Amino acid sequence: MRWLLVKDLRILRRSPLLVSLLVLYPIVIAVLIGFAVSRGPDKPEVAFYNELPASAGTLELGGRKIDLTDESNQIFDSIKPVQVKSRAEAIQKVKDGDVLAAIIVPKDLTERLQSGLESGVVKVYYNAEDPAKKQFVENTIKAQVQRANAALTKRIAEEALRLLDLISTGGDYRFLGQDIGILGLRESEAILRNARAELPRSSPQRDEIDRVLGFAKLARDNLSFSDDVLAVVGEPIKVSAESLQGGRNSLSSFAVALSVAVSLMFITLLLAAGALALEREENAFPRLVRGLVSRTGLLVEKAGLATICSVAACLLMLLGLGVFVSLDWGRFPLWVLALVFAGLGFAALGLAIGALTREVRAASLLAFMLALPLAFLALVPSGSVAPALYDVTRVVSALFPFKPTLDALNAALNDSGDVLGPLLHLALLTLGFGALARIGLRRFA
Amino acid sequence: MPSTQAVDAPTVLEAQGLRKRFGDREALKGVSLSVTRGELAAVIGPNGAGKTTLLSILAGIQRPDEGTVSKAPGEIGWVPQQAALYGKLTVAENLDLFARLERVPDPADTVDRMLELTDLRDRADDQVGTLSGGNKQRVNIAIGLLARPEVLLLDEPSAALDPRQRERLWEFIVRLASEGTTVIYATHNIQEADRYARQLVLLADGERLFDGSPRELEQLVGAHGLDFEAAFVRFLHQQGH
Ligand SMILES: Nc1ncnc2c1ncn2[C@@H]1O[C@H](COP(=O)(O)OP(=O)(O)O)[C@@H](O)[C@H]1O
Ligand SMILES: [Mg+2]
Repeated sequence: MRWLLVKDLRILRRSPLLVSLLVLYPIVIAVLIGFAVSRGPDKPEVAFYNELPASAGTLELGGRKIDLTDESNQIFDSIKPVQVKSRAEAIQKVKDGDVLAAIIVPKDLTERLQSGLESGVVKVYYNAEDPAKKQFVENTIKAQVQRANAALTKRIAEEALRLLDLISTGGDYRFLGQDIGILGLRESEAILRNARAELPRSSPQRDEIDRVLGFAKLARDNLSFSDDVLAVVGEPIKVSAESLQGGRNSLSSFAVALSVAVSLMFITLLLAAGALALEREENAFPRLVRGLVSRTGLLVEKAGLATICSVAACLLMLLGLGVFVSLDWGRFPLWVLALVFAGLGFAALGLAIGALTREVRAASLLAFMLALPLAFLALVPSGSVAPALYDVTRVVSALFPFKPTLDALNAALNDSGDVLGPLLHLALLTLGFGALARIGLRRFA
Repeated sequence: MPSTQAVDAPTVLEAQGLRKRFGDREALKGVSLSVTRGELAAVIGPNGAGKTTLLSILAGIQRPDEGTVSKAPGEIGWVPQQAALYGKLTVAENLDLFARLERVPDPADTVDRMLELTDLRDRADDQVGTLSGGNKQRVNIAIGLLARPEVLLLDEPSAALDPRQRERLWEFIVRLASEGTTVIYATHNIQEADRYARQLVLLADGERLFDGSPRELEQLVGAHGLDFEAAFVRFLHQQGH
């Protein structure tokens, strides 16, 4: 068996084109997938044009100034603003596809807000030719404008609260550049109480004043209560997000696990299926199984070959990725463990494919055709398809090594979840597909 | 006549009543044969007659439904019709790999002996993929000889060769037999059977139609030389094939 392994490695070494394709292709695919997955919800570029003159950038409300630019900065938390000089330039940039969308703050925003009757309107332009973009803009930009809106509402509510407080307790109010003393309900109540004391006991005006006093007290009590109501209006609903399924790792470390899983899948499947099919293509199979090596021995040798090569390639890949993404090297033994179990799982699947085919080309094609949909199936998020269909994708994914590989690698690399479960799952799949490959080989002389 | 072995040489391989079915098609219908040491025996018949099936059963690659073979597969060398070699390995590496898999006592020495035997020493370090069909077939046969078997089975060894390569290959095979190796070869070429075989195993539709030497068959059909092939086809017709 050792000599067969040496032979296969020698053949691989003499097929530099095949080997470089075998290693480069999956790595390119993996990096692209990783990039796409980790890149999507990042900060999109959005053109931003502010038509407000510098002086009109503030809003006077109840004598207090609110800086609108401060509020719009809220939006900039989640987009990458591209400053433009005119509305036309902003629209052109959207049309050219330079930016995802454009946000225009119109001249009359302050006036409208100041009027207290109309809402300010912020204009958003975007391309709707691509449904994915459209949805992204609708969800992301609108959500961000909504956030800014909420922040502004909160500021306005705070001002309103201050005014209510003024009515309740009295104080100075600044309006049109002048300070105006506001009496307030509390002071009014005190004044009335004094006035009442000076009235003769029989005076009918005492009853009148009592009624006013009662109202003032009621008003004050209820105003203190409305504080809370207004505070709530400022931010009616807060979001407290908590992920229930899956790990706590960030998208980019998940992308690493995904990239490695995809590479491992391609290299192992193609090597195992191709190396087994090569024995048939070169007509060596009957000669080998004629007493030189058992069919099971041949399968073990091919599984070893594919696993050794793919684990080595994936460790190299992790070494490379480690330059860009921070990886926890302390968990290295776990990585190797996960890679080896996953490698054996894919090798067994590859051997089952190789046992079906007589030619390397047919085996490679079959491996490819099976690999891609499996990877995509394993990535179907819950809720994106009908529940029954999602259950089907889960069952199908569980029957193939990609999903447990992703879970095992994610657990090993990112400490997100249990490693043992996926490893056990992979071991079972290895035995299952190994048995299938063994049965497949029996069919051929 | 190249086959010079005495008729009373010891029997080295015997097969009795071999039957093989593939589904409802009977590829072998009870075929027996017996070969002696150093004998050249030709399994001859049209395509689909059952020649490959017979050799595969003798080689232990297929199991007969009925019948027996006197030798264990390990003692018989087998050379498949298509060269079973790794194109990316050199001649020497192919020989070395199979020598080690055969667990021969001294692989290096055996490889050397085979390079000598096949006259391919100067091509030893060339990848097999670059060899001519004739040279490939010689390496293919050499691998069947690595374990020094008493009996060598060759399935249509010259089928893919041009006349000159064919001539050199037969020189090689005849020398093997003269050194004591029993060679059973399949062919659908009557001239090849006529020229080299001492015994004919004539198969048609899985039946053995004739048991004897080419001379005896010539007498039976009443022709020889160039007319022999026509007479042979006539004979198959008479037998209902
Ligand atoms: N593995 C197989 N499955 C089904 N039929 C087979 C198989 N091998 C041979 N046959 C059939 O058995 C018959 C004899 O085949 P074969 O021994 O290859 O003939 P030959 O070598 O004389 O051309 C043919 O009809 C062939 O189709
Ligand atoms: Mg044949």
